[in-house]
Amino acid sequence: MSLVVDSITKKFARFPALNGASFVAPQGAFVSLLGPSGSGKTTLLRILGGLEFADSGSVRFADLNWLDMPARTRNAGFVFQQYALFKHMTVADNIAFGLRVRPRAQRPSKADITKRVTELLALVQLPGLDARYPSQLSGGQRQRVALARALAIDPRMLLLDEPFGALDAKVRKELRADLRRIHDHAGVTTVFVTHDQEEAFAVADLVAVMKDGRIEQFGTPQDVRKNPKTAFVSEFLSA
Amino acid sequence: MSKQFKNPTEDPLWLKLLLGAVALGFIAILLLLPLALVFKEAFADGVTTFINAIKEPDTLSAVKLSLIAAAIAVPLNTVFGIAAAWCIAKYDFRGKTILVTLIDLPFSVSPVVAGLIYVLVFGAQGWFGPWLVEHNIHILFALPGIVLATIFVTFPFVARVLIPLMVDLGRDEEEAAATLGATGLQTFLRVTLPNIKWGLMYGILLCNARALGEFGAVSVVSGHIRGVTNTMPLHVQLLYDNYDYAGAFAVAALLAMLALLTLALKSLLEWRYADELAASHRH
Repeated sequence: MSLVVDSITKKFARFPALNGASFVAPQGAFVSLLGPSGSGKTTLLRILGGLEFADSGSVRFADLNWLDMPARTRNAGFVFQQYALFKHMTVADNIAFGLRVRPRAQRPSKADITKRVTELLALVQLPGLDARYPSQLSGGQRQRVALARALAIDPRMLLLDEPFGALDAKVRKELRADLRRIHDHAGVTTVFVTHDQEEAFAVADLVAVMKDGRIEQFGTPQDVRKNPKTAFVSEFLSA
Repeated sequence: MSKQFKNPTEDPLWLKLLLGAVALGFIAILLLLPLALVFKEAFADGVTTFINAIKEPDTLSAVKLSLIAAAIAVPLNTVFGIAAAWCIAKYDFRGKTILVTLIDLPFSVSPVVAGLIYVLVFGAQGWFGPWLVEHNIHILFALPGIVLATIFVTFPFVARVLIPLMVDLGRDEEEAAATLGATGLQTFLRVTLPNIKWGLMYGILLCNARALGEFGAVSVVSGHIRGVTNTMPLHVQLLYDNYDYAGAFAVAALLAMLALLTLALKSLLEWRYADELAASHRH
């Protein structure tokens, strides 16, 4: 039941984005993909989310050929750097979206959806904001709504693309702690992209340091910090 | 120290007045005066004469034909415009700039040329001419030709409005919808359409105004059969050429009223749409 990423390659028109990226993480782990810009971490995350397609390689997750499934059926919650909230919907409608688009047989009742939205707003610490529109929220609040929206579908996997990149340092720290708490509460396998090593080490169980479309080192934060395997890793960590 | 600082981009008063006078004079002489004259002439002999001129069977048939042509051309161009804007905004592919240029083609080609193209293709001496005659299918000098010419000329309107809007909106919300389990249709109806609805209505309105008013391309393919293949603009010319000034100005006034109505709706939408756009940019 683990997440097995095996030799993923991906070429964009001009440059290779991934050159055989591989790692294995246990079910329920919190993995950080850490690296400088252009190292392929966001591309790998988008491939896991079904928003980008690998040229070769495979991903097995929960005994599924993950890459053969369209984004829609993966049930992987995705949190975008720029929030990507539905601008014309209230906070409550944003969070309920993933439940309302389900086929009728699997769709919860209206009352259940309302109840779920209230629970999630409490979980991300925004109680009572259900009738607001995204444009009436601060950046930190918007990202909390985006997180609640991704959690609403009871995701098998939670994917976060530099979710705190646009926020200031204080808000980042608060959200980081909340994200970890929510992860531990839900137990969902989480992959988190960041270029900030402090953030990666503070929040993750496992860190994958990436460079030029490859994973240079994969291990626990303590292990990576104590025994950097390559010159790049030790240089990147001391920067 | 109450010296007034001059705004660096401020022009002298005489220049401002001159520019204002030129602009207003231009509008008054070239736009407002003729428009006023159309209505003055149309109602010169009273409202009854105007209504009688409109009630003339050939005129009513021209109005009907124009409305039918627009009713077919506008929905088709709306579907096409959404599809084209969706392709251009949401996907990356080779030849995208060529597609954008092609969409603009009807703007740069003279409508008469557009009409002639259809004569070359569907006319008796054209590519499909003999085959069409054989199967008794009438395209030229009939409704299909008029609709085709109208579609060609009004092709870019919806797409032109939607492309920059959808490029600007990006793909994030659609991607988010996909990861949340929405199908393509659900994503379009619940996420994309609400974001583009004002722009879309604006494009449809412009498309409709042009569809009703098109003269050149339709003139070439229509054949000007009175009461059968004459649209409103063609009928105005026919009445005028036959010295039926009362009739010509009555139909012209009707067309002008449609234009003014479009303009009013357009201003209303611009006002609404600017508001929505501003809201969506408030990030």
